[in-house]
Amino acid sequence: MVEKSEVILGENEHLRINMGPQHPSTHGVLRFELDLRGEIVDQVIPHCGYIHRGIEKMSEANTYQQIIHLTDRMDYLSAHQNNEAMSLLVEKALGIEVPERVKVIRTILSELSRLQSHELWWAAFGMDLGALTTFFYGLRDRERILDIFEESFGSRLLHSYICPGGLMNDVHPNFKSRIKEFIPYFRKKLPEYDQLLTGNIIFMERSKNIGLLTREEAIAFGITGPSGRGSGFSCDVRKHEPYSAYDRVDFKEILYTEGDTYARYRVRIDEMWESLRILEQLVDQIPDGDYTVKMKPIIKLPEGEYYQRVETARGELGVYVVSTGDKYPERIHFRTPNFSNLFVIDKLARGHKIADLVAISGSLDLVIPDIDR
Amino acid sequence: MMDNTQLQQTIGRLIPRAVFNQNTQFVEVVIPADGLHQTAQLLKENPETKFDFLFNLTGVDSKNELRMVYHLRSTLLKHTLVVKVVTTDRQNPEFASVSDIWPAANPFEREAYDLLGIRFTNHPDLRRLFLEEDFQGFPLRKDFVDPINIVEK
Repeated sequence: MVEKSEVILGENEHLRINMGPQHPSTHGVLRFELDLRGEIVDQVIPHCGYIHRGIEKMSEANTYQQIIHLTDRMDYLSAHQNNEAMSLLVEKALGIEVPERVKVIRTILSELSRLQSHELWWAAFGMDLGALTTFFYGLRDRERILDIFEESFGSRLLHSYICPGGLMNDVHPNFKSRIKEFIPYFRKKLPEYDQLLTGNIIFMERSKNIGLLTREEAIAFGITGPSGRGSGFSCDVRKHEPYSAYDRVDFKEILYTEGDTYARYRVRIDEMWESLRILEQLVDQIPDGDYTVKMKPIIKLPEGEYYQRVETARGELGVYVVSTGDKYPERIHFRTPNFSNLFVIDKLARGHKIADLVAISGSLDLVIPDIDR
Repeated sequence: MMDNTQLQQTIGRLIPRAVFNQNTQFVEVVIPADGLHQTAQLLKENPETKFDFLFNLTGVDSKNELRMVYHLRSTLLKHTLVVKVVTTDRQNPEFASVSDIWPAANPFEREAYDLLGIRFTNHPDLRRLFLEEDFQGFPLRKDFVDPINIVEK
């Protein structure tokens, strides 16, 4: 333990400074207005909108197939899950049952997405705290998954691959064998993550008891995903409302009750193990059959209101559509996980130092385009 | 855990002025705007409902009326309810803020103010969220005209 000094430097100096929108630790264009007392954070005011593109407004003049391509651009690290949410909503509204093959492939893609997202988060989180090695380790393993994506969909980040009715095209013949190579590879590499960071005393000092969030607060602020589960809030949509093939795979919902930065970190590490387990169960179970059902070129949803939620790498993504029976939605709203997760940062960071604010915002795993939409 | 008919009966008993919408995905109820804050408090604290998790809140403009849609879930009792409030006043739409009951509502209400121009009384920090402070108009309104970057159907 470092001996805590009683004197806080600059204790009586009030400062109001901007962190961002170009600060590396915000991982995107987000600005925090900080009220400081010396090095202690008194208040954090997040300012967003730097990458607001008006996706909800644009969607009102686009057909449902076109909106799929906009959903990618929200949480670009969970592109598959975003596509899936929109597709599931259209299928639910029209009463379409997709083939088994589609369900299994969608689940595999969701889990691969989650893995590559958590890998990138781990890489960047370590770097936020000053451990540069993590960045190379994380990206090294993420590349393997992106290669699988590239081979089948032709793109590494924004796929627009899952569409209403099924998939855009069939997966590459190598898809299965590549995943089967990847699973044992990553099972060997994942313990390295623990060796490098999880048990590291410097890392533990930086993350334990930093940014405490109780279960009640997590629910009240609407914190979902690994950040909510780190506070013991059971909110995994895959468990509570299974979609695609999640009802037939065996996996655990990871819950930690400490609610600090370290707990949120542990949830994501454990989720990577669970994702590997899901992949193992499904990779040999991909049935033959069609990769899509025949859809009309113009989809018109029956009049009414629809809500569909999925679990992305960062929490609960909800799509809310009001339809008047037209080919365009009357109103579409995306309840994105990062939007709710961001606004708890003031509560978490108060009384901590600026360096801890970096750790806290890293542990919330924010993706800025998902907030601004 | 209550099923949807039981939940509808309970809500009907607790909120006598509620009007139910039929054939919807969740139990859906329209309540008078003047009782919004009181009803929200009741829905959160009543042991039969216990809606502690506001998971979605958004505004909808359907040309002749503006409405707010509250998606509520109980993490304890596992049921879901949709609450709606409606106003026909397009000049000065105003509802009570529920951000003191569910802190999650705070950014959602700021978003609705920013894009739809709906004001919330007693909101702690009602400023524009995405657009600049000097932006004119509310883009998600159906009658919004954007001369520079027209989104045309």
